[in-house]
Amino acid sequence: MSFDVSRWTIADVRQALSTRSASAREICAATLTRIRDENEKNNSLITVMKDRAMEQAGTIDRQIAAGDPAGPLMGVPLIVKDVIQVQGVRNTCASRILGNFISPYTATAVERLEQAGAVVVGKANCDEFAMGSSNENSAFGAVRNPCDLERVPGGSSGGSAAAVAAGMSIVALGSDTGGSVRQPASFCGVVGLMPTYGRVSRFGLVAFASSLDHIGPMGRSVRDVAAVLGAMSGRDLHDSTSAGVPVPDYETQLDAPAQGLRVGIPKEYFAEGLTSEVRSRIEAGLGLLREMGCETVEISMPHTEYAVACYYIIATAEASANLARYDGVRYGSRSAHSETLAELYRNTRREGFGDEVKRRIMLGTYVLSAGYYDAYYRKAQKVRSLIASDFSSAFEKVDFIVTPTSPTPAFRIGEKTDNPLHMYLSDIYTITGSLAGIPGISVPCGTVPNPAGAANGASAAASGAASGAASGLPVGMQIFAPHFEETRLLALAHQFEKAGGFTVGQ
Amino acid sequence: MKITEKDVRYIAALANLELDPDEVRRYAADLDSILDYVVKLNQLDTSDVEPMAQVLYDAPADFALRDDAARPGLPEELALRNAPESAARYFKVAKVIER
Repeated sequence: MSFDVSRWTIADVRQALSTRSASAREICAATLTRIRDENEKNNSLITVMKDRAMEQAGTIDRQIAAGDPAGPLMGVPLIVKDVIQVQGVRNTCASRILGNFISPYTATAVERLEQAGAVVVGKANCDEFAMGSSNENSAFGAVRNPCDLERVPGGSSGGSAAAVAAGMSIVALGSDTGGSVRQPASFCGVVGLMPTYGRVSRFGLVAFASSLDHIGPMGRSVRDVAAVLGAMSGRDLHDSTSAGVPVPDYETQLDAPAQGLRVGIPKEYFAEGLTSEVRSRIEAGLGLLREMGCETVEISMPHTEYAVACYYIIATAEASANLARYDGVRYGSRSAHSETLAELYRNTRREGFGDEVKRRIMLGTYVLSAGYYDAYYRKAQKVRSLIASDFSSAFEKVDFIVTPTSPTPAFRIGEKTDNPLHMYLSDIYTITGSLAGIPGISVPCGTVPNPAGAANGASAAASGAASGAASGLPVGMQIFAPHFEETRLLALAHQFEKAGGFTVGQ
Repeated sequence: MKITEKDVRYIAALANLELDPDEVRRYAADLDSILDYVVKLNQLDTSDVEPMAQVLYDAPADFALRDDAARPGLPEELALRNAPESAARYFKVAKVIER
């Protein structure tokens, strides 16, 4: 039996399994067929877990036949970014240095999703060690945006976003350190959530910048993202920064009314650098929020312009410490050309790391080195306090903050690779929330015309994406909420999605 | 130029990275332009601001502490499985002590 699951939601899986119109194995097989057809076009997966996935789906079918209690994600295909561990499966971090690394344990987030019944079908391509904004920094090749194969899917969770957009899975996990879930969600026209810092355990997420790293869900609807968040959140004894805050049932509270909510529009996010086409889409989105009964209020977040500088000091400093462990001794690749232990370290790291990873290790090492710690690292930590207090002051006046997710739609492959700073600035609107540790979501907000639409749009149409994506490039709208307010955040995003009808494939 | 090629070689040694001469030139230019950008933080007076090292939320003082009890660790065999070279239940490295 063969059927098309490429536009399915979690609700479709639940319906099919409960009416016995399809088995978990059939859903899994249809997903693997879709993956086989699409992966050669967009290169979004590094590892396809065919045998393991079919075996797991078989277990779920037996559980259903035996009348076992159904988990909320029974039989739901899931793709996991290749920086999040799944026991017994290769975990590369899209790096040569971990090209043959087999995970010895499973990340808590994945373990909880599997307990809820999710079936992991593959590991997604990404920027090496999650460092990048375009998914061009991968030892396994660049990922292509399903909406236009000549363009980047965003990054660093570009493979997760592209796979969901192309219907290769219903949901995916990404990781977000400075925007790495939200920005690719925006570029590919899907939903991506960075939860509150501490909401989801980081155990089993390969560390990039520990005070900023988050695991976040991606999907083709807010409802599916809410279901995944609910199943993986909560305290974990393996991560001392995971929060003991109770986990609400996000999925059943999506219909909370938007009437009367106060939405702050920070003027600094609509200044120089924002392209006029994205601005007009976001203004249309704000108009829609007003039609839904929200009140929009202009606010000021005066430290916004310092966020990118602050972030690139803190994130690279933490990265330089976290990546010191890759030395060719306990795991990963080892240089064959070394006489002494010191040479082994240096040559292993030279051969194993890509250009951007080395650049960030160098910058991070510099800002932590003797004589510069106070001038750069400590200064950045102080500015981080100011950026966080911009948010806490704003949330005294408004319930939410709404901004563009990225200043531009998806750019062309190769367009920004020559200038690291230029690339860093594409995360300018997402980085602030990462520094503050608050939750942020990117929801589709329509498309802007694609100048190359006629030439490259055909590939998107052929891949089954909605007609809107074939002729345009997706734009994401970002919504921020205060710490642990995911329930209200998801509800507003869900109402917006329903009112706008922008989500790809819906 | 704030960052010289000598600085880059010094940092690379601290970071255990071997760079070729072309990389040294490129990273000197890249780091210089990035550091040139981040000096904008000095426009802000932060003399009365506390540094933020971590995202904080309300939690009991002993929240991060677990019972001091023995727990199973990663089994030896699994821990060694990804080692590039191992022998006699140890990781193998080049000789570090000269006789």
